[in-house]
Amino acid sequence: MRVGIVGVGWFGFQPEVVDYSFREMMFKAAQRAYEDAGGLDPRSEVDAFVSCQEDFWEGISIADEFAPDPVGGAMKSVYTVTGDGLQCVGQAYMMIRSGLFDVVVVESHGKPSDVETLNEVIFTATDPISLRPLGLENVHALAALEARAYMSKFGVAEDHLEAVVEKAHKAGVKNQRAVYASPGKSRSATPVVAEPLREADVAKFVDAAVVVVLASERVAKRYNDTPVWVDGVWWSTEFSSLEFHDWAFPLHAREAADGAYTQAKIADPYKEVDFAEVDNRYSFKELQHIEALRLAPRGTAKDLLADGAFCPGGRLPVNLSGGALAEGVPFEVHGLARLSYAVGVMRGEVKAEVDKAETAVVHSWRGIPTTTSVAAVLRI
Amino acid sequence: MSGGKPINPRGTKYEKVEFPVFEFPVVGKARYSYTTGEALGRFLAGLKEGKILGTYCAGCGRVFVPPRIYCSYCFKEVDGWLEAKDEGVVVTAVMSYISATRARLERPVAVGVIKLDVPGRQFDDHFFPGIMHYICGATEDDVKSMRIFGARVKAKWKRPEQRTGSITDIECFEVVRP
Repeated sequence: MRVGIVGVGWFGFQPEVVDYSFREMMFKAAQRAYEDAGGLDPRSEVDAFVSCQEDFWEGISIADEFAPDPVGGAMKSVYTVTGDGLQCVGQAYMMIRSGLFDVVVVESHGKPSDVETLNEVIFTATDPISLRPLGLENVHALAALEARAYMSKFGVAEDHLEAVVEKAHKAGVKNQRAVYASPGKSRSATPVVAEPLREADVAKFVDAAVVVVLASERVAKRYNDTPVWVDGVWWSTEFSSLEFHDWAFPLHAREAADGAYTQAKIADPYKEVDFAEVDNRYSFKELQHIEALRLAPRGTAKDLLADGAFCPGGRLPVNLSGGALAEGVPFEVHGLARLSYAVGVMRGEVKAEVDKAETAVVHSWRGIPTTTSVAAVLRI
Repeated sequence: MSGGKPINPRGTKYEKVEFPVFEFPVVGKARYSYTTGEALGRFLAGLKEGKILGTYCAGCGRVFVPPRIYCSYCFKEVDGWLEAKDEGVVVTAVMSYISATRARLERPVAVGVIKLDVPGRQFDDHFFPGIMHYICGATEDDVKSMRIFGARVKAKWKRPEQRTGSITDIECFEVVRP
């Protein structure tokens, strides 16, 4: 039994959505997703809902309770997963594959503009005894440590980061919701955040909500003539203690990708994947994730990028959307942002420079200080 | 614990142990500024003017106070706004003897849920336009005996110049003596 994406809706993708609350953003994203799914009625046609969010982002404890009613899930089966939206796709996949559910709605929303003390909130995710007493004033330092380790091990230079940034802004300007895309942006002119990362290497935050409707193969065509199939979705967490994780390479992304590829029966991703949407919330992460997803041998993403392989129109375009560097990071919505863009490309709704768009891999990392990744293989 | 002695299965007495104490420079200064949005934004602006505003769904007849822009039962946008009266009846109430920080209050307070009147509309006890607020003018016994249930109450507003566009622009709901 295959699992298909039959509806996608989004709202926001603005640095600050001032007119609508998070509930109202969820409602509007859901309206759009249900319309996309042929006017599906969530009150009678959806078997269950899954929401991906995190209480500290919300500023509300047990924020799960706020998930059902804005998406049509009041007094129905709804649960929350504290994780990236793509992890919720994994939940929906399992529920539908179990045969107990035919239609499952996945929701994620993020309103970073509501968080006044973002650095401190992110820092509360670090180990309270071994790391937090250090009181890092700049959480990006944790990413910079990984950047240094990766760059020194694989000979990556700042010029290579410059190439990632340039590609993201150039591609992103064609993506209608990539509000931060700014072609011609000079990385070297932006201030240093934490060596070697400059401001242009670090994705900004953005307010957004995305809702995705998934359905079993049995009923999918009722809602959409061209479902995009989720043929694999897997996730992995490396270590809760940063001290123990691999600083130079995101093993969690490798594990997640391998799991998804196995499910989708993909033996050689570089040959079988047509395009990819990966996490680039830091410029160097795009190179790391390309390698972790086996779209390039370790340490070679920088060279293949320089050859144009991952550029729009290239051999295997990566982040035709511009990724998080161009769109921003909407907290746990990020994975669904990557997924919804890929779905648009595969359906032909988004005009993107890609030769073939039949198989895609999408990936999200939960950001510092996590070592969690999710990957999904999509086919049309 | 000294060497040689068997380990006490019930543990070591509290006062005998010097516990390590960690002091964290960052214990999580999590601060937020919640976007009110369209529905609650207008609701708060209404309170500042001494009005309790809500939204209604023509499909099922439900009235939402505090308001939403959507009907969560019909899953559609609400059909419009209305003004609820600033009075209604107590649906449930309790006496609270401790503060939010668990300190004993000098004088206990009554907290309740009020079903608000909306002219021309009737509501059951399951879903109604309502507000949770302090109840004033009731005795401890009125509340403890539950005689307060069903009593009519009316909002006691702060003076206009003191209002900030907050639920606390209403001081309490005062029992209306017949």
